[in-house]
Amino acid sequence: MKMITAIIRPYKLDDLEMAVAQIGVQGMTVMEVQGYGAQHGHAEFYRGAEYRVEFVPRVQVLIAVDESIAEAVIEAIANVTRTGKVGDGRIFVTDIEQAIRIRTGETGVAAT
Amino acid sequence: MLTKTRWISGITALLACAAPMLALAEDAVPDKGDTTWMMVSTILVVMMIVPGLALFYGGLVRSKNILSVLTQVFTIFCLISLLWVIYGYSLAFGDGGSLNWLIGDTNKLFLAGITPDSVATTFSDGVVIPELVFVAFQLTFAAITTALIVGGLAERIKFSALLVFSVLWFTLSYLPMAHMVWATGGFLFEKGDLDFAGGTVVHINSGVAALVGALVVGKRLGYGRDAMPPHNLPLTLVGASLLWVGWFGFNAGSNLEATGIAVLALLNTIIATAAAALAWLAVEWLITKKPSMLGIASGAIAGLVAITPAAGLVGPMGAIILGAIGGLACFWAVTSLKKSFGYDESLDVFGIHGIGGIVGAIGTGVFVSPALGGVGVDGYDMGSQVMTQTLGVLVAVGWSGAVSLVLFKLIDMTIGLRVAEEEEREGLDTASHGERAYTN
Repeated sequence: MKMITAIIRPYKLDDLEMAVAQIGVQGMTVMEVQGYGAQHGHAEFYRGAEYRVEFVPRVQVLIAVDESIAEAVIEAIANVTRTGKVGDGRIFVTDIEQAIRIRTGETGVAAT
Repeated sequence: MLTKTRWISGITALLACAAPMLALAEDAVPDKGDTTWMMVSTILVVMMIVPGLALFYGGLVRSKNILSVLTQVFTIFCLISLLWVIYGYSLAFGDGGSLNWLIGDTNKLFLAGITPDSVATTFSDGVVIPELVFVAFQLTFAAITTALIVGGLAERIKFSALLVFSVLWFTLSYLPMAHMVWATGGFLFEKGDLDFAGGTVVHINSGVAALVGALVVGKRLGYGRDAMPPHNLPLTLVGASLLWVGWFGFNAGSNLEATGIAVLALLNTIIATAAAALAWLAVEWLITKKPSMLGIASGAIAGLVAITPAAGLVGPMGAIILGAIGGLACFWAVTSLKKSFGYDESLDVFGIHGIGGIVGAIGTGVFVSPALGGVGVDGYDMGSQVMTQTLGVLVAVGWSGAVSLVLFKLIDMTIGLRVAEEEEREGLDTASHGERAYTN
């Protein structure tokens, strides 16, 4: 089982959700985060006091998948969130040791 | 009791009508229109403080400190209200005998001798208003002046220290300044210093106190390094708007009667403010390319401050120019001046009220000129009037500065001015008041 972590532009979330649903993904966890990569932050002014804000808002999506569909999911996410401009985001893939569905107690792939 | 006093006022009015030749100033009876206007003005200024000023300041601080600011302003209003009727009014507007150049007397402590029928004179001969409404109206001025100082101390002041300071500063700085500028026999009043609604008494007075306080208390932890932008600018706009609308009572009510001069003050309070707001917006747009909400709101307040001493004295066109100058001067003060000296006067009380008050005070001396559309004063000469206005500014800066410095130092040495470091980092809402503004 693989955990796919995608950090994307907030407005791309709906597109991502629809794209991975078509491949068979049945759940995900979404959180609002801040970050920066290659792009710089911006400046804000409050009565002449300048604040450099290095971080930009992003959305982080966690999807637990069976290895068999991992590649397909990654490709779907990348295709639908790519704009070609700096700030598109990242996808990280890690191994999942164990997964449990709380309601039924199922483990393993049945719990992804 | 009520019936008896109605009879008496009825008979007095009858006598006044029947024998106008014999009517003396002491027999003058308040006009219901004037009385109503003064009551409305009083209510408007109350609204300026609660919640106007409270919200204006509240939105500008970090979310962990908003309740502390709201509580500080609200509490100071309540506290000064009581002290005003106990001893403030008497000392501010009484006759201090040999000390009358500085302060009044204690004859009206606890409002002794004042009844609903007591009258106070206005700027027009033979026109009076109930003394109680004058008491109430001036109460709100004393309260807002003291509450303004919160802005220089926000996010790090100890609540008890603030309250102790407020009581002592009201007594030793506000009361003498109010007496000197507005009471017959007061040093600046007798010099001919013009201050229609309190540019000196309220704005310079509190602005200087806030600056001194900010310097004595010291900068907020992390100032200049940590980001501490306003946490809720919509609230600040709500506060600024309530301040603007309430200011009609502040300025036009200072006429003490509902006449053309009051209307002039009302009109000036709209257009000077608008000019200042646009001036700030324009210069901000030029310099940062991003005209901001905080900018236009701050500009409006700067204009309101600048027109305060001039409201019923200058013409509409003079008001526009004075407002614009005020807006630009305050923009400079909160950006360049503050940056050069590096002081952390959190909410710019000195930058807007102090500097705006100074611009307004001196500008009043210029724009009161009939040649510039003003109402003029007897024996007016622009040069000497400006000198007198400047004298008023210097007295206010000197007196408020000295009193504030002594008080802040004394309180710091005894109970301490500032909260502990961990409390400041945690936030005053939880540390000092045991509550959280936003639970999500």
